Amino acid sequence: MPFEPIAEPNYLRSVIRVSLTVSLTAIFVSTLVSLPIAFLIGFADFRGKRLVTAIINTGMGFPSVAVGLFVLLFISTDGPLGSLDLVYTPEAMIISQCILAAPVITGVALSAVESVDDAVRDTAYGVGGTRTDVALITLKEARYGVITGILAGFGRAISEVGSVLIVGGNIAYADGTSKTRTITTAITFETRRGEFETALALGAVLIALVLLVNGIVMRLGGR
Amino acid sequence: MEYRRRAFLGAGATGLTAAIAGCLNSGSDGNEGSIAGAELALATTTSTYDTGLLDEINAEFQDRFGVQVAANAQGTGQAIESARNGNADVILVHARSQEDEFMRDGYGVNRRDLMFNDFVVVGPSDDPAGVGDTEQATAAFEAIASAQATFASRGDDSGTHTKEKVIWSEAGIEPSGEWYQETGSGMGNTLTVADESSAYTLADRGTFLSMQDNIDLEILLQGPIEGGPELLSNPYGIMAVNPEIHDNVNYQLAMAYIGFFTSPEGQELIANYTANDQQLFFPEALSEDPDFQQYVPEGWQPDSGGE
Repeated sequence: MPFEPIAEPNYLRSVIRVSLTVSLTAIFVSTLVSLPIAFLIGFADFRGKRLVTAIINTGMGFPSVAVGLFVLLFISTDGPLGSLDLVYTPEAMIISQCILAAPVITGVALSAVESVDDAVRDTAYGVGGTRTDVALITLKEARYGVITGILAGFGRAISEVGSVLIVGGNIAYADGTSKTRTITTAITFETRRGEFETALALGAVLIALVLLVNGIVMRLGGR
Repeated sequence: MEYRRRAFLGAGATGLTAAIAGCLNSGSDGNEGSIAGAELALATTTSTYDTGLLDEINAEFQDRFGVQVAANAQGTGQAIESARNGNADVILVHARSQEDEFMRDGYGVNRRDLMFNDFVVVGPSDDPAGVGDTEQATAAFEAIASAQATFASRGDDSGTHTKEKVIWSEAGIEPSGEWYQETGSGMGNTLTVADESSAYTLADRGTFLSMQDNIDLEILLQGPIEGGPELLSNPYGIMAVNPEIHDNVNYQLAMAYIGFFTSPEGQELIANYTANDQQLFFPEALSEDPDFQQYVPEGWQPDSGGE
């Protein structure tokens, strides 16, 4: 296998499967965490709200290698979570991608909630809506922004290479089945050993996947 | 992953971390008394992995023992560091000085010589520094330094980088200046960079041969395999991580792996492995008269009191 110009289909399939499983799980988890936070902050008025927003927005730019290193120190056998034996597993990659994606989803969803026109809320109140009704109306108005946030988070997670390389270790078994080798780390690896064709093919797959997911979600989102 | 997972299950699923961790674990029982379905964590170097040798060995090992090998290919320095942190069961590396330190510090046990090949000094075919006329590694490096010809260094504490630093120091040169560039990445990457920028570099023969089709660099000075200087020899060692220091490591599996790799069958696999019709690695574990020095730090003598 190592010296054939184009990789085995099984190898490509399993790399793609690991990438998708890890990133979709990470997005699912961070969406569950991020959306309630975004709505709570969006609906509430409190001192320090701008500071919290600024912190979330900073998180959108976390360097992925730094997050990877941080997670590695935590889950390494010597680290505080060492007993969970997460190091070089897909679960470790999910954790670091969650940390990378959550601020993106929270930040974009928050700005979507806040940009819902006050007039909409006032109208909802005006026609006799309860607080719950107003919240639901706002959510409905903000849904495209929320979906955009989730998609942006997904794009960040699946295209990220720094943290998954550190916490996942880019491991594949001898038969070409990927354990922690994602599309991005496979591109790094194939480039390292001069298999540019395989690397290019994987790059094309990555772009196609992101396009596909965007298309599906946009369609489900009603546009 | 079973043997890891038992510990994980024992720790109890607490908090978000554990909840996430549970998501992906495919269901299978932890068979306490069996190694079937277990997984061996191998920390190794890019040169053994990128050449494809390990895919061959590990597939055979899996056939025989039913154990998958999770090979994490890093530089020697990083591989040893992850073993020190308990993140590997067995390591396969090539920097004797670092291996000895690992063993002396108690992290490694049961070291064996495994195989060897040699390092080659490669460079552009027009060879502006005249490395092709030299016969010693130190002379080759002196020629490169005095011509200020671009040299791509791994710069990553890998086995190859360690060897490169030894050669510079034996040549009495402290490389610096714009001609000396550290790539900070693996051998394949560094060869690609050297190729693109018409630079010289020090490479292990295995990786160079396996990449030869993709690059225009040529071998200008080679090591002992082709009768070159002994300084360019490149021996690989394999050792288990001490289970008394890291109780999570799978010592029995690690020893089974070392046993397989150093068995007549494993050694034959190494000898028969080729790229571009050339043998990449030469088995070194078996001999009627084994080299005692493989079990102890290099240069150790019985009367030196064990230090």
